[in-house]
Amino acid sequence: MTEDVIKKVDSIRFNMLSPQAVKKISVAKIVTPELYDREGYPVDGGLMDIRMGVIDPGLRCKTCGAKLKECPGHFGYMELARPVLHIKYLDEILQFLKTTCNSCGRVLVEEEKVKRHLRNVSMAERERRYRVKRRMISAFINSVKIIKKCPHCNAKQKKILLEKPSTILEDGKRVTPIQIKARLEKISDEDVAALGINPKYARPEWMILDILAVPPVTIRPSITLESGERSEDDLTHKLSDIVRINQRLFENINAGAPEIIIEDLWDLLQYHITTFFDNDIAQVPVARHRSGQPLKTLSERIKSKEGRFRHNLAGKRVNFSARTVISGDPRIAFNEVGVPKVIAMELTIPEKVTEWNIEWLKELITQGSKVYPGANYVLRPDGKKKRITEETRDQLLEELQPGYVVERHLIDKDICIFNRQPTLHRMSIMCHKVRILPGRSFRLNPAVCTPYNADFDGDEMNLHIPQTEEARAEAEILMSVQKQIISPKNGLNIVGSVEDAISGLYLLTKRLTLNKEEAIQLLISAGIYDERMSDFKEKVSGKDIFSILLREDFNFVGTAKDGSNVIIKKGQLKEGFIDQALVGEEKGQIIREIYSKYGDEVGLDFLGKIFRLGIETLLKTGFTTGISDSDVSPKIQEKNEELITQAKKEVEIIIVQYKSGKLEPLPGNTIDETLELKISEILNKVRNDISKQVGNNLNEENHSIIMAICGAKGNLLNVAMMSACVGQQAIGGRRIKGNYSGRALSMFKKGDLGPEAHGFITKGYKQGMSPNEYFFSAMTGRDALMDTALRTPKSGYLYRRLANALQDLRVEYDSTVRDAEKSIIQFKYGEDGVDVSKSDGGKINVKKIIRQIKGK
Amino acid sequence: MTDIFEKYKDKLPGAILEEIKLESKSNELTQAEIIRALDESVKEYEAALIAPGEAIGIITAESFGEAGTQMTLNVFHFAGVAEIQVTRGLPRLIELFDARKEPSTPSMEVYLKPEFTANEKTIRRVASFIKEMKLQEISSEISLNIMKQSVDIDFNEEKIKLYGFKKEEIIEKVTKDLKNVTVKETKKGITITSNSEEVNLSMLYKIKENAKSVLIRGISKITQVLPKKEDSKYVILCAGSNLKEVLNMKEVESKLTTTNNIFEISSSLGIEAARQAIINEALSVIENQGLDINIRHVMFLADIMTQTGVVRGITRGGISGEKESVLARASFETPINHLIDASLTGELDNLKSVIENVIINQPIPLGTGLPGLMSKMKKEDKKGAKK
Repeated sequence: MTEDVIKKVDSIRFNMLSPQAVKKISVAKIVTPELYDREGYPVDGGLMDIRMGVIDPGLRCKTCGAKLKECPGHFGYMELARPVLHIKYLDEILQFLKTTCNSCGRVLVEEEKVKRHLRNVSMAERERRYRVKRRMISAFINSVKIIKKCPHCNAKQKKILLEKPSTILEDGKRVTPIQIKARLEKISDEDVAALGINPKYARPEWMILDILAVPPVTIRPSITLESGERSEDDLTHKLSDIVRINQRLFENINAGAPEIIIEDLWDLLQYHITTFFDNDIAQVPVARHRSGQPLKTLSERIKSKEGRFRHNLAGKRVNFSARTVISGDPRIAFNEVGVPKVIAMELTIPEKVTEWNIEWLKELITQGSKVYPGANYVLRPDGKKKRITEETRDQLLEELQPGYVVERHLIDKDICIFNRQPTLHRMSIMCHKVRILPGRSFRLNPAVCTPYNADFDGDEMNLHIPQTEEARAEAEILMSVQKQIISPKNGLNIVGSVEDAISGLYLLTKRLTLNKEEAIQLLISAGIYDERMSDFKEKVSGKDIFSILLREDFNFVGTAKDGSNVIIKKGQLKEGFIDQALVGEEKGQIIREIYSKYGDEVGLDFLGKIFRLGIETLLKTGFTTGISDSDVSPKIQEKNEELITQAKKEVEIIIVQYKSGKLEPLPGNTIDETLELKISEILNKVRNDISKQVGNNLNEENHSIIMAICGAKGNLLNVAMMSACVGQQAIGGRRIKGNYSGRALSMFKKGDLGPEAHGFITKGYKQGMSPNEYFFSAMTGRDALMDTALRTPKSGYLYRRLANALQDLRVEYDSTVRDAEKSIIQFKYGEDGVDVSKSDGGKINVKKIIRQIKGK
Repeated sequence: MTDIFEKYKDKLPGAILEEIKLESKSNELTQAEIIRALDESVKEYEAALIAPGEAIGIITAESFGEAGTQMTLNVFHFAGVAEIQVTRGLPRLIELFDARKEPSTPSMEVYLKPEFTANEKTIRRVASFIKEMKLQEISSEISLNIMKQSVDIDFNEEKIKLYGFKKEEIIEKVTKDLKNVTVKETKKGITITSNSEEVNLSMLYKIKENAKSVLIRGISKITQVLPKKEDSKYVILCAGSNLKEVLNMKEVESKLTTTNNIFEISSSLGIEAARQAIINEALSVIENQGLDINIRHVMFLADIMTQTGVVRGITRGGISGEKESVLARASFETPINHLIDASLTGELDNLKSVIENVIINQPIPLGTGLPGLMSKMKKEDKKGAKK
């Protein structure tokens, strides 16, 4: 039986430790700064006292008797010779002094007012209006602070000032912690409550320390260096400073030393205790190691990204995980992941022995841990874990019986969870099925790179193996690739055909006609078998081959990328061809249609099939692209140059107009802006004209053009940039200005407004750029890099804040959306309760429903 | 006809019903077909309903977080004029969710009542009354006259004529604004003297500096105006925002006029309007960046920000700082302060939200961690369960 999941911790209370409480939880009084005796054994009453827990193997804790790692550690305490202020409660101490009488210790208003204030506060508390409560209390404090005369005893109140970091002055005279403590003790519980502090959990005099709690040894373990020397934790260092000064203070007081010496030592004690709590306080010198490196004391342990909260408490480590480089394999299914054998032999799945699988498990044990497929461990019912080795194997085989658990190697079809950082959305961590493959990298289908935002230029990914049936069931039902294909961001498919698969499908459905044998060969090689294949005639069109993948009751009307109609009737592609708009990522109309009609299993199967069919088609027809794809005929080249000269002339005319002051400003613009706008317009137009011209005049058989047209990769503009004209380079949406006395680069004339002087590149990548053109190109490239580098941390922080603020919000059983305090955010999610990832782009497609009804 | 739809009122949201009504008319569906369409829609709607326990907050956060990595930085959108620019992209989204009191580029769209949009002249006139105009702008020279202990201001005659100012009008404004001064007309402009008995140079200098920024016409904070035709309607685009004052103008169509300052909307039009403004602003950023985020996520975020009746940002001072749980607050930012404050009031953390349960290794109350089973144990069962 697995352990039942029971909620063990119900709530956690936070409060201050009173001196009495410190003594009560303590097991040792610390009196000596020595840590170890001559034998290296912890000294009794020292900071490493073994009553406070053990950090050495072999020793036993004197308090609980447990060994290393079992003993949780126990507090000790230290009696301070003179009380000191707790630096973290300084604000509160100051507040108490300012709001209470210096002689009678009462809050500086009439009792009635205090009572009324308390009533209001407790009402706000009951109604859970915490913000109101906080405001009430701070208003009360501010009103009391300014009162100069005690209404109870008529004593005149003096001005309390804080001299940073931790000296409190009253009318310029210093108030010692002893005096402060005496005053705070006089404040009644009721008055404490009126100032917003719960006297049950925090009395003001506790903020002055005369007993210091010494944290257990287990939270400040020392490490033994290679040389055998011991290196103590920062906290221990700080604590021994405190003990030492404390002792000296004691001695000096007992010896009747002059007040000035005692006060100096007292201040020193205050300093050490302050830095023990927080070593990063303004105007307090930072305590350092001998090497000059600042000590990491209590606050530093908790704070920031590397602190206790964010590093250890909110971030967990796991076992049964693997990480390696990923590479692509278009022949495995979308929901599979190729796992190297070496990893499969290290990660295991606990398999419970029953009478039905005992034979199989025995076989695995016989193989052992060094042969695949084998097993690594056997768990006896009594909880003992045995590693399978040459020696133990025979004995384990003999005793194996139902009730035992065998930790076997991964095999095909096992459930695993696959993840790539940064895990920005839920599709970054999905459930795959294991496929054992040779090699040393994880393999995944290139089409699922999009949800992970992965590529194969050295990316690494993580693999996790769920260990219980419950975890596996949840992973498979909720996290499988097929369940995640529709994104909850916008209701579009995030997985679809990519690159070559789209080119292949486009060619197949647009123009290919095969004879029967070839057609069947193509389908079989893509792993598709269908009885309808036998109905093929002698000549089979690509459309018919594609139609084999569709079910006979599938009807569809859509538009391709170029706006032409695509019609599927009764599972037959009647009109149009397949391209990115129909099967691609985010756009795949057919994919979403199949998903909503047949469900995710069929949808995934369809995706896999079209992917393989597309690739096989390309394998059959051959498909390549090279530098010659961007060749243009000399005639077109000439025409392009003509276009550019033409544009330059136009720009020249406008510049002349501008210089002669004849340029009419556009509404709302200055003349300078108008000039820039007009020039940019002309230059953008000429680039578009060139790209159109290039597109029209390149061969339809040109593979670069095919890829651009069907949306597999790139667009016509990219082709034009290669073969004809790169175009205007812009930074911040404007032509490059530069600040070298009115010019962008030194080779231009001052005040030159022409296209070339401001980053217009007239040549294509293939012809090559001139040095100044190349410089402009590098400028925009650098600008883009900067933008990315600056954006990533900003958007990361936005995401962290959003996730932190919204993580508790959920849909309740009554369909309302509520936060952790159960207050309602929305009565129905999104006003209609529709889950974006379950709907068609966040909507119920009424038109489609009506079309279906009309269609039949 | 209508009673068929009436029957489905509880089963389908109004928007879908309306759409079916419209579509069935244009497609000339028969009665039976309409019922079938309705039934199909109900089926599809029910299948698309969100599941209880869904961690919808995280999904919303992810939708924005993932999209944020694709947005550009520092894109300024020029609404035709360099002075009127609007922050777009990630910086705008951040300042929107932070609920900053003042956007980095405040701007307004002022619509006019139909009677004032007849021709461009009237519109330009109204626009000139919106734009803030300081005394400095219509002056050609502002100088200290030490001999007379006064500040002399010469007007730019051209501008005075262009904008149709009267000297009396200006004198009145200046007297009112500067307080304790006497303003007299001179040949070229005006002269200002102090009313106080002791007049020294530094005082005079102060008067001169203050006189420069006396508002003589328009609405303060609105630094630039641009009348623009926007599909047959005239809009005045403004740089700078002051919704309250603009709405007080009689020429302004208050139903259409907006600003990009959420707090101004919240204080003059109410929290519901602020919610809609957040949605509109966020959507316009998303659209402008060519991204696609479902409106539900935007609405959801706006709902959270305005839930308590005031606009709260998604910061440690806003939503994240007002959570009930100590551990949840401490694990976000400034943990020490939260722990200290918790100790003072003896706060109790009931471990009801996600992060606390992560911290203490317990199942979180979301999704499959949400449902619990309750069952009465028989006495002998209890014993049995113990072993």
